[in-house]
This record gives sequence, C-alpha cells and structure tokens, in this order.
Amino acid sequence: MKSFDYVRPASIGEAIAAARAPGAAYLAAGTNLLDLMKGGVSRPDRLVDVTHLPGLDTIEKLPDGGLRIGALVRNADLAHDAAFAKAYPAVAEALLSGASAQLRNAATVGGNLLQRTRCAYFYDVASACNKRAPGSGCDARGGDNDMHAVLGWSDGCIATHPSDFCVPLVALDAMVEIEGNGGRRQVRLEDLHRLPGATPQQETVLEAGDLIVALNLSAEACNFASHARYLKVRERTSYAFAIVSAAAHLSLANGRIEQARVALGGVAAKPWRAREAEALLAGAEATAQNFRRAAEAALAGAKPSGDNAFKIELAQRILVRALALASAGTPERIPALPASPFSIHSGALHDA
Amino acid sequence: MTPDIRLNQAPAHQRHGSNIGQPLTRRDGILKVTGKAPYAADHHPKGMLYAVLATSSIARGRVTFLDIAAAKRHPGVVDVMTPSHKPALAEDQDAKTNPFMFKMELLQSDAVRYANQAIAVVIAETLEAATEGAALLAPQYQALPARVGLDADESFVPPAVGLGHPAIVEHGDTEAGLANATYAIDATYETPAQYHNPMEPHAIIAEWDGDKLSIDTPSQGMAMAQMRIGGLFGIPPENIHIRSPFLGGGFGSKGLISGPQILGIMAARLVGRPVKLVLRRDQMYGPVGHRSPSRQRLRLGTDAAGRLTAIEHQARIVTSTFDDFYEPAADVSHTLFASPAIRTAHEAVRIDSGTPLFMRAPGEATGSIALDAAIDEMAFASGVDPLEFRISNDAPVEPITGKPFSSKALRECYAQGAARFGWAGRPLKPRQMRDDKGFLVGWGMGTATFPALMFAGNARALLRADGTGAMETGAHDMGQGASTALAQVAAEGLGLDLDRVEFKSGSSDLPDAGIAGGSAHTATVGTAIHNAGAAVIAKLADLAMRDERSPLFGAGNAGVVARNGRLHRRDDDARSEAYADILTRAGLAEIEASGTGAADPAAQAEYAMHAHGAVFAEVKVDPDLGQIRVTRMIGAFAAGRIVNPKLVRSQLLGGMIWGVSFALHEQAVTDGRSGRIMNANLAEYHVPVNADVPSMDVLTVHEHDPHVNALGIKGVGEIGITGSAGAVANAVWHATGVRPRRFPIRISDLVTAR
Amino acid sequence: MNHSISLTVNGVRRDIALTDPRVTLLDLLREQLDLTGTKKGCDRGQCGACTILVDGRRINSCLALAISHDGASITTIEGVARGDELHPLQTAFIAHDGFQCGFCTPGQLMSALGLIDEGQAGCDAERIREGMSGNLCRCGAYAGITDAVLEVQQKLKAEKERRVA
Repeated sequence: MKSFDYVRPASIGEAIAAARAPGAAYLAAGTNLLDLMKGGVSRPDRLVDVTHLPGLDTIEKLPDGGLRIGALVRNADLAHDAAFAKAYPAVAEALLSGASAQLRNAATVGGNLLQRTRCAYFYDVASACNKRAPGSGCDARGGDNDMHAVLGWSDGCIATHPSDFCVPLVALDAMVEIEGNGGRRQVRLEDLHRLPGATPQQETVLEAGDLIVALNLSAEACNFASHARYLKVRERTSYAFAIVSAAAHLSLANGRIEQARVALGGVAAKPWRAREAEALLAGAEATAQNFRRAAEAALAGAKPSGDNAFKIELAQRILVRALALASAGTPERIPALPASPFSIHSGALHDA
Repeated sequence: MTPDIRLNQAPAHQRHGSNIGQPLTRRDGILKVTGKAPYAADHHPKGMLYAVLATSSIARGRVTFLDIAAAKRHPGVVDVMTPSHKPALAEDQDAKTNPFMFKMELLQSDAVRYANQAIAVVIAETLEAATEGAALLAPQYQALPARVGLDADESFVPPAVGLGHPAIVEHGDTEAGLANATYAIDATYETPAQYHNPMEPHAIIAEWDGDKLSIDTPSQGMAMAQMRIGGLFGIPPENIHIRSPFLGGGFGSKGLISGPQILGIMAARLVGRPVKLVLRRDQMYGPVGHRSPSRQRLRLGTDAAGRLTAIEHQARIVTSTFDDFYEPAADVSHTLFASPAIRTAHEAVRIDSGTPLFMRAPGEATGSIALDAAIDEMAFASGVDPLEFRISNDAPVEPITGKPFSSKALRECYAQGAARFGWAGRPLKPRQMRDDKGFLVGWGMGTATFPALMFAGNARALLRADGTGAMETGAHDMGQGASTALAQVAAEGLGLDLDRVEFKSGSSDLPDAGIAGGSAHTATVGTAIHNAGAAVIAKLADLAMRDERSPLFGAGNAGVVARNGRLHRRDDDARSEAYADILTRAGLAEIEASGTGAADPAAQAEYAMHAHGAVFAEVKVDPDLGQIRVTRMIGAFAAGRIVNPKLVRSQLLGGMIWGVSFALHEQAVTDGRSGRIMNANLAEYHVPVNADVPSMDVLTVHEHDPHVNALGIKGVGEIGITGSAGAVANAVWHATGVRPRRFPIRISDLVTAR
Repeated sequence: MNHSISLTVNGVRRDIALTDPRVTLLDLLREQLDLTGTKKGCDRGQCGACTILVDGRRINSCLALAISHDGASITTIEGVARGDELHPLQTAFIAHDGFQCGFCTPGQLMSALGLIDEGQAGCDAERIREGMSGNLCRCGAYAGITDAVLEVQQKLKAEKERRVA
C-alpha cells in the first residue's frame, strides 16, 4: 500500500476542503477502499477519514414520513432497524444478502453507494482497464467475462456495479444528499452512477471533494412495503456477488397492479432501473404472463458483452420470479437466507 | 527453542477399555479455541525483518528491469534480493535427483516460467514497508505468448503418473468389449485447475546462527524438508531445526518445502537477521502447487443385463513447461468395478503454469468425479438403478491384478448408506421429483475409494520410573488430529492411561515420521508407535521377569500383558507389578526403545489394499434460475480400524465438503492471453461457506483388516472427496436432466440447457 | 509521521504510537501487540479469519485501519476465556469438534460471539449457517461449528426462560 497522509477532519467543511486536493480519497469503513489499496488498484496520496464526523450516523424520520439515512450508518444497523425494515423490506433484504455479517457491520451506507466493480481486469493491475487507467483498453473484452454487463456497456468498459443495496434503492427513487464545494444538493440515485460510454473512469456525477452525507427515501416509497422482494442468483449460497439480481415492488388492488418499481443488479455499470417493465405492469393483472412480458421489456435492449448471453435470459427469469414473490407478499420476517431463490417463505427452509 | 505446548485433557475423556477406538476430543482443543496454538507466522524473534515477494505478472519470458532504487528509497526497506543480489546456493534450483524433488524458482535467473513466480524479495523493518517496496519494483518484462489450457500444445505420454505408475494400463480387450456391448456410453468430462488454499498461507520464519538454521514453518514432511534445505544451502540436514507443531491446513501443499519458503531462508542469510516471509493469498496461486485441470473421456459398455464389458478411461492433464508431475486421474478406474477389459491412458500437455502437485486425493478426486458420472450414465443407459448397477458390477477381487482385497466392506457401505439415505424408490429417470415449493429434487450417488498406503516412519518410546511414559515422533498435525489419534495409539502401546503419556511431535529433532500425506500418516506412524511401545514393554518385561524380587519373575514363556501401568502375568492376572516399581528397583530413571512403521511387502504382494465408501446426495435446483443447493448427504465408509471416531467423522465430513466444492464451487480461471489466474483470491475462487453445507452424516462401517498393517488402519484423509463429488454431480443430473460434463457445474450450464 | 492512538484491548487500555498510518488493526494486533491469536487468511475481507469485536461488533480486522479506530474497544480471541475458564462457546467448539487445523477457529469464535450478540439468528440452524458464512473453513468443520453455536444459543434461551419464569 502506498504511503498516504492521514487527515481526520472535525467538520464536513474541513473534510471537503481536505478532499478537494488531487489524489485525496474519503475513507469511511474502508471495506472496499482498503481492499483496492492493498491491490494497488487505488493509490491515494491522502485519506480523509470521515468516520469521526458528527451527525452522519443517524436514521431520522422526515416530516413527510420518509427517512433520512446518514451516510455513516452501518449496513447492518440499517438492515436491522425495525422501522426501516418494515417500511423498505426489499432494501433490508438486499443489504443482508450482501457480503458477510462482518463486512455489513463495518460498511457504511455512503460507502456502499460508491462500491467499485468486481471486474477481475479492474482489480488486476497488470491488465488493461479503461476504468483504472483511462485509455489503456479493456482486457475484459475477449477475456473471462461471463459475469459482465449485458446492458448499457460500451466498447470501452463492460464492468458491472456489484452493489445489492443500490438495486431496490434505485427502484424506490432514493435521493442522495451530497455536500460539496457549492453547498448541499440532492441527486437521484438513478443519476448518481454513470454508464461507461467513452469515459468509464467517471463512475458517478460526484466532483472533487463531494461528500455523500445522507440517503433519503420518500414516504411514497413505503407504499410498496407489503409487496417487495429482492432476489439474487449466485454460485455460492452466501458470501458471493450476484450473477444477476432483481428488486420488485408492487402496489396491488384487487389483483391488479397499480404501480411497480423494478430494478436489476449485476447487469450494468449502474443499478438498472427497469422503467419499461414498470410501464407495462402499471394497471396490468399480476399474472405470470404479464411478469414475463415485463421482464422481456426490461431486457429488450440487452446484448452480450462477451460469454454472458445467458445473463439476459437469467435476468428475465429472476425478474419474473421477483415479481411473483412480491405479488405474493413480503415475508413477515427477512428469510434465513436473504434474497436466496431458496427463500420462498420466511423462516428456515431446510431442516437441520 | 521448542515452544512449550500444553495439550488439554479436557473435557474429561471417557474411555471404555482400549485407548484406540475412543471418540476423544482433540487434545489441542484448548490451545486452538484460545488462540494460543502457535502457527508459524505467530513467531517474532528479536530483530526480525519482514520479507515480501514480488511476483511476475507475465507467464513466460524474462524480467528486464526492476526499479530497485525506488524500492530502496521507501522508508523502512532494508534490502532487495534479486538474481544479481542473493546468497549463493550449493545446488541448482532445477536439480532433480529423484522424481519427487521438484524444481523451484529461487532468483537464479531473470527467467519467468509462470505467472505469480517470485522475481524479487523485498526485506524491510515493517510489513507495510516491505509490501510497498515490492510494489515499487514495477517490473518490466520481455514477454512471450503464454501457453495455457488443455490444448496449449501437442500432448505426450508421460513417463509415469502419480507415484510412479505406468501412464497406460491395458487389461483385456476394451475395443472388443465395447464392440460387443449391448449398451455403451462415450462421455467427456472436464475438471478445472484447483488450488489447495489452506486457510494458513505458507509462512516461514528463518533464523541463521552460523551454519545452523532454525525455522518455523508449516510442514507435512519435516525430514524431507531438512534434506532439501540442507542440499540447497550445503549444510548437514541435522543443522536445520524445523518447528511445525501446528499447520493451518496443508492438503498436500505443505508436503514438500516450496520455493517461497526457501526464499525466506535466503533472505535471512542475505541480511543476517531473522526474517519472516508469509505468502499473500494471491501468491498462493502459483509457486506452491495445485491440482491439474483434466479432460477425461470415458467409454463404457455393458451386456444386456447391465454387466460391464469394458471400461476405458483416458485423461489429459497438464504439467509445467519445466517439471514433471502427472495427476493420475484415470487410475481410479483400476480397482472398483469388475470388467473383463479395462484400459486407462494418460496424456499430458506442458503449459506455462506452476508445476501441479499433490492436492488432497491427487488423481482419485479428479478421476472419480468422471468415473462416477460415467457409471451413472452407463447405469441409466442400461436401464438399471445406479446403486444396483454398482453392486452388480462390484469387483470381488482387484480386477487387473486379480489380487484379493485385504478387506473390502464396500457392499456393506452401499447397503447401510442407502438405508440411511432412503435411496429405495428413487425414480430411474431424471426430473421426476419436486418438493412442495416446486424445486427440482435429485438423488445421486458415488463410490468412494482410496488406496491404503504406508510410508516409512519412526517413533521412540520411553517409560519412566515415575510411572509415566513418553512417545516421541516427528509427526505432523495439519488438522487431521494426529496429536490426538497418535497419542491414543501411544497410550495403547505403552499400556498406560493417556493422561500419563507425554506425546511429543511436530519438531524435526524428534524421530523422522515421514510425510503426512497419502492418507497414510496414522497407519505409518501409528505402526511405528505400536512397535516402539511393544519394544519398550518387552525391555521392561525382561527386567521384571529376570528379577526374582518381582512377582513376574520367571513368567518366561507365559509372558506378560501391559495394562494401566502394570505388567500382568498372562497366565495369572493376579500376579502383576507396576512399571514404576520395576524401574525403581532396577535403579533406572527411564528406559527407551524405538520402533518403525512401513509397508509389509509380502502382504502388499498378496493383497490389494483400499478403503472404500458409498456417498449419497440430494440436491435441490431452482427450475428457472439454476441455483443449486445440496440438501442432504450421507457417506458410508469402510476404512479398517477407526482410531478415533470423532476425528474420523470430522475428516470424512471435511472430505465430503471438498467433494461438494469439486462439483459445484471451486475453479481457477486463467486468462488465456496473459496466463494469469483472474480469481486468485477467496472472493471469486469459491470454496463452500457454512450455508452451502447441508445436513450431512457419516457412517463408518465395521471392517477388520488383518493384512494392511499391525493395527488394521487404512486412513481417511482423502477418501471423503471421492464419491462425494460424483454423488452431487449425479444428483444434479437426476434433478434437472442436464448431464454435467464440465466441473464445477455453473448456473449458466443449467440456464442455457433449458 | 507519528500518530498516537489509544485502544482498549481485551479490557486493558493501551496507548500506541503508530509509526505508519497504513497499519491495519490486524497487523497491529499481530505484529506489535503480540496478540497473534487473530489470524490472517486473506488480508482482503474474504475469509473471516481475522474477525475481532470492535465496540462489541464483529468486523474483519484486515480491512480496518488502526489509526481510524482511535478510542475503540477491541476484543480478540485472547480476551474470551476468563483465566483458565473457557467461554461456553469455546467449550462447545471443542465438544462438537468445530475445527480441524484450528487456523480459522479464532475468527469463527469471534464471529459466533458477534452473531449471538446481534440476536438475529436465535436457535435457527439455517440462520446460524447464514450468519457464520463470512468465516471460511477449508477443513470443512462447518457441521461442528453450527452445532456448537446452536447448542450455546439453546442454552442461552433456556437460561433466559428460566429467569423469566
């Protein structure tokens, strides 16, 4: 790991000032950043440790009934916050399906939004990677790429965003509260991450010094609480990144869908909001056929970026399943294996 | 200095009669649950420096530049060891005077022969400085195209496979057997490169004192390591003291001392201070061995009644461009099934990778998943239940040699395992079973087998005037429980309660116990201990029987029996004397005797010796998403005498989990262009996590074997993988109707097949 | 540059001069404080061998900078037993043979302590398996680990019920 200056600001203002310097990076829990630094993928000159900043680790009820979640709230604390899990159960389930209990205990909400890709060629510093070293090329093309993007990718980059948390959040129109040089602003999470295009190194709309201070979820987003699921397919029952994942939120009346909020994970460089699917579902009956039509619409623009055509079909199937589970109703308790296809109902699936 | 290691006796042992056969808890349990068990990297001698490897990112070519100045400028960096700045060796790194001496990369030139090869060592005051120093070397290369994969080059027939077995074995006429078969299958399976990945990365702390060397390093074979190090540094092996009281897993990767460990010793010599070198996890993928990938073609035929007429098992494996190790993948087809014609053939391809080496069940694991799948395909093709098929084709004698088995309770394993699993009523056709939630359910089985090997080992037994005893042997506990099981054998051999026996192992200044591998350690060292115990008891008995003051005087031909610290006359149990009294009266503080353990060539010539088992697995598969979960597994194993059922159960369960991993999880992914392993970590190189492991159970089937060795022990370290991998693969087929032919089975395989 | 931090380690306050801000909690414990029970299996948050409790929560100490944890209270495997008296979880691990080589064991135990304290798994074996999935065991001692944690959870539950009654 490269040597760095360690700065511990006393206020958000100090933090922003310190982080505007070239080569500076914010340090929250470090569960992603330290991993990248140990691998030589990130080599910051300065770490601005925001973990001691006051006031960023609380979950507050907003006047309109929504929630404001401080950027330093730990993933596990958020997932286990009773009010949060009741209002936004698919988000809680997504949180609990990510990484391990140890990592969820450390990782922060703000950090998770900025999680970097797991593309092996991004991690391997000897490989060409336009995201890590702009202009060097993309060795994932023509390499081992069965986990890579099927939506929104470019010739320059086919990496995916690995977060589980962001998938239901983007479906629920979560807003990211950012403080920067020009003061405080709110950005839709859907607009925070950028597709790679010709500049895959620009992963978000954040500018130098910008600090995520909170995440806001609206009261309106609670309307889906009784029909919300997050589902994730992976090669290991736990502690594995998604091949694909889906968040499905429905509001139902008399078997008919009033509104749907749908997103996919593991398919693109950003959590993928499936608005085409939502449009088809709104007003439709909650039937397998309609779910399939919606899923097809969600993946209509998909194309393989390598040896990953199977993900297009798999993403449709997981979306169909997530919609079916959501329409059946949110489980009373987050299942023993969060987001697992084997967790059809809450509680233990298998007898020990 | 040997660390003071006090083993627990708690929780209280319950023994009934013999020490052997009791399910004692691990004697090192307390040390392990309190963090006090000393593993190599836990040591910190005064003045110690940290050494970190810089490794190659190319797979073939040469290093043209290292920025040594940049590394040395980094605060804390003390020295950089490179091909032009290193201590001299007494032996060529590529010397190979026997087939099990493997070539190493010891900075002898700028040549690179695989990705992740060591190209420099940075030595610093702190780990952080050494690590960054290695990064700052920023090597430049002259790279040649990497040759990787099973089709990288022309194949050739290796001179021998595994432990020196012929590469091609032909028995009967397989072509005729296939031509005359009523039913036949021809299937090709692929298995990936796998890496041992013990939880403890290879580590060494080396300290020189003149031409004496003291090292802490995990070793499955201390005496062989002494010889190897002695040869490389030109010092007598006895000048080298290796301490290896605890290994954080080995699985074969710590059987032979590896290049990076030698580099640690070289670094210590270069700087004249103790040095610690620990491999980073990513550096475990290259210089410390791995399991070769394979492509295996099986052609089987049966008559109308489903009796095998031919087995042909061809395997293509790889070795490195510079050394020879050939995974004997097809040899597993030699012993299990009766067939008038059996042919096994290996071919190899040289690729730009580290040399593949022994990894838990080398050959047997790789071959058995293919054989078990092929048998399953054959059974289905001939319309027979796979269990019935296996029983009706079970070999009554070893098929190729015609030798009788020293013991073979495989049929009992089939019967007991099937009964416990509830195999009866399984539909023959796939995709017939669903659970109440709609998941596809499948049942599969496999046959486990592993040879009952013996190497050579020694032990020294002592009896002391205070009534205690000791057993000394340089045995290795890598988690299998040697320090418990062997202590039980020692207590039995000495006729003492376990609490009165001091068991010393894990240090190279004790009698050479050979290598902990081949599932042979308990059998080999146990036999040595048994013989040492018998020898020291014979000395003691001699003292008593020749002393007229002893109640045993003149027992002579009747002889004595050792029990609970006393010798009893065999013909009159009431006449006995305590060991302590015999020694005290003789004025001896202690007496000692040695024993050896080794294979009996006469018995080996007469009998085929193997452990066996039957494994049954249930999987559930999501019909749409292809995600697989193993939900139940039962393994029934017959492995001769069981020294400690508790530890044996754990080893067999662990092996079965490796089987699950083989079928569903682990594989190294190599980039075909660079030759680098793209998942050299533990996040994407999947090994099973707790949630992957279902309800599992192990049955040990009674098996008395009077031929295999004096104690009747066969060994259980590796057999658990065999049968298990195939059982899971066959269960996936039974659930889905998709026949897995490439392992591990991927979700993509099931999604695209539908 | 020198930074000094203060940590409470297994109940004892330690003032530590950090000569390098790159030092992780794991390396601090192992290389400077002589607390080598905590193990390094991957150094990248992928195996769980380095699990410790920080302010009562289980985390991977390999991905935590020491300098960022000034003022924290840390429990390592060395702080679990009281003198010669093992914690019930340690006894249960021995009784159920919840380990073989023992290298992952300190991490497993610290993780299990964290899991029990989190109160999410209860006596549900499936939740225990999921909750312990951040700790790899290459020897495959998972069955014993699950049984050990389950037994302690059941004892705790029974005790709680006794107290309520």
